[in-house]
Amino acid sequence: MIARRSFIQSSAALSMLGLAGCATTPSSQAIPTKAKVVVIGGGFGGATAAKYVRLLSDYKIDVVLIEPNSSFVSCPMSNLVVGGSKQLSYVTSSYDGLSKNHGVTMVKDMVTDVDATRRIVTLGRGAQIGYDKLIVSPGIDLLLGSIEGLREASDAGQILQAWKAGAETVALRKQLMDMPDGGTFAITIPVAPYRCPPGPYERACQAAWYFKQSKPKSKVLILDGNPDVISKGALFKKVWAEQYKSMIEYRPSHNVTAVDAKTGTIKFDVQDDVKAQVLNVLPAMRAGRIAVQTGLNNQANGRWCGVNYQTFESTAAKNIHVLGDAIQVAPLMPKSGHMANSHAKVAAAAIVAELSGWEINANPMLTNTCYSFVSDKDVVHVASVHEYVAAEKTFKTLAGSGGVSAIDLKSDVTQLEGVYATNWAQNIWADTLG
Amino acid sequence: MKPQAYIFSAVLLAGAFASAHAQNAQQLNIRSLAATCANCHGTNGKAQEGSAVVTLAGLPKDYIVAQMAAFKSGARPATIMHQLAKGYTDAQISEVAGYFAAQKK
Repeated sequence: MIARRSFIQSSAALSMLGLAGCATTPSSQAIPTKAKVVVIGGGFGGATAAKYVRLLSDYKIDVVLIEPNSSFVSCPMSNLVVGGSKQLSYVTSSYDGLSKNHGVTMVKDMVTDVDATRRIVTLGRGAQIGYDKLIVSPGIDLLLGSIEGLREASDAGQILQAWKAGAETVALRKQLMDMPDGGTFAITIPVAPYRCPPGPYERACQAAWYFKQSKPKSKVLILDGNPDVISKGALFKKVWAEQYKSMIEYRPSHNVTAVDAKTGTIKFDVQDDVKAQVLNVLPAMRAGRIAVQTGLNNQANGRWCGVNYQTFESTAAKNIHVLGDAIQVAPLMPKSGHMANSHAKVAAAAIVAELSGWEINANPMLTNTCYSFVSDKDVVHVASVHEYVAAEKTFKTLAGSGGVSAIDLKSDVTQLEGVYATNWAQNIWADTLG
Repeated sequence: MKPQAYIFSAVLLAGAFASAHAQNAQQLNIRSLAATCANCHGTNGKAQEGSAVVTLAGLPKDYIVAQMAAFKSGARPATIMHQLAKGYTDAQISEVAGYFAAQKK
């Protein structure tokens, strides 16, 4: 009798939690037909949003997270895989914590359609899930077609991007390992804004660090579509001059128009052609496919999604919140994993407040910290604190706050920052997924 | 799975997710502000084991307030915290310090 009663109560508790039974793997769970909150995309934005809607609602709001990949691969720290001091497994985490620790219902699939009027998403396998609030955190799409010859070269695995960490990161590492000593690695950078402003400069450092150990006659060529280094400029330039002298060469205002994988040639709108043995060509980017398909990309000629910064609700569709690299950023807001995690918490709190009938926070805050590894151990950072200013309907950095690493680059300090950067990664991965 | 095992895990699960206390809009805002520290210091101020970035959960409120003031004034040298501390008002620091002090280590 006692056992029977507790069975019923626990079953009720389970259904309240939005769990479909005692299934332990996401793939064997039944897909719910409705959830208060549905999240598309399990990156830094989406995974954090799923977890924090659960946490901040004291586990009262049910959340479904839809993500096609079976594990999370972090872009931050993945340049260390390119440099060879870390393996891909180091930047790979499980999604299990979201379901086990927080009762998020994980659905492994792609979303093929969003019906913003009826509030229904359709999955690749055909199932449909209704929602009260939808969170779209789709990351970026690479506009391979914007550079002549790039799509073919990319599809053939000849010219890689490795701007979404995973198998391509390992493939780029292999290209560097296969390159003969005396060769050139060229990385091209699109006009800002793009995902991870300091990322290309960090990658150049990682390639140079590897060459310094194993291929000292080789070169790294940075071909920047922008007129100057976009992030931590003074720090990177000092590192290049002092630690990678005559190995790293920086060329600004190089806007790529075409590539030829056979001859290893990169063409520019104004500058002379460049030849290199390993080409890492990063094209312009825009909001991920599902955001574009849903018509959320209403800013910057359809590149990015406009949001109300107080809640991250789309300015194109009600009850849809957009997070992370896909949004039209506020001033001085970088497209970074840390920032996506911060967006997610503001959106989660706004959704919990709205569904609870409470006033939404008038002055939400965001932080950002970007650590860049300039060797296997030495790190420089940029940090900022942002506050929503209701009168201007945007986020602004707080006067006097934020900054970059000290320019003297003392090795005891850069190595201490290396320790903090490693701990930052462990803590933000756990804050996003654990 | 045996029925008994099912009951046991279901009860555990329900217990794990039980609401500790009711909250209101003001508490939600403080939790949300404290969450801006969590990216580096861990969810609810609990850093991963072995982390050189400190666990804030369970630290005395006065201690956190004093350290943040020292970061702001430059009395405590730092690589990054002096830059981040200056983004928060004393009232905000007092609120999040109270929140972290109330969290279990």
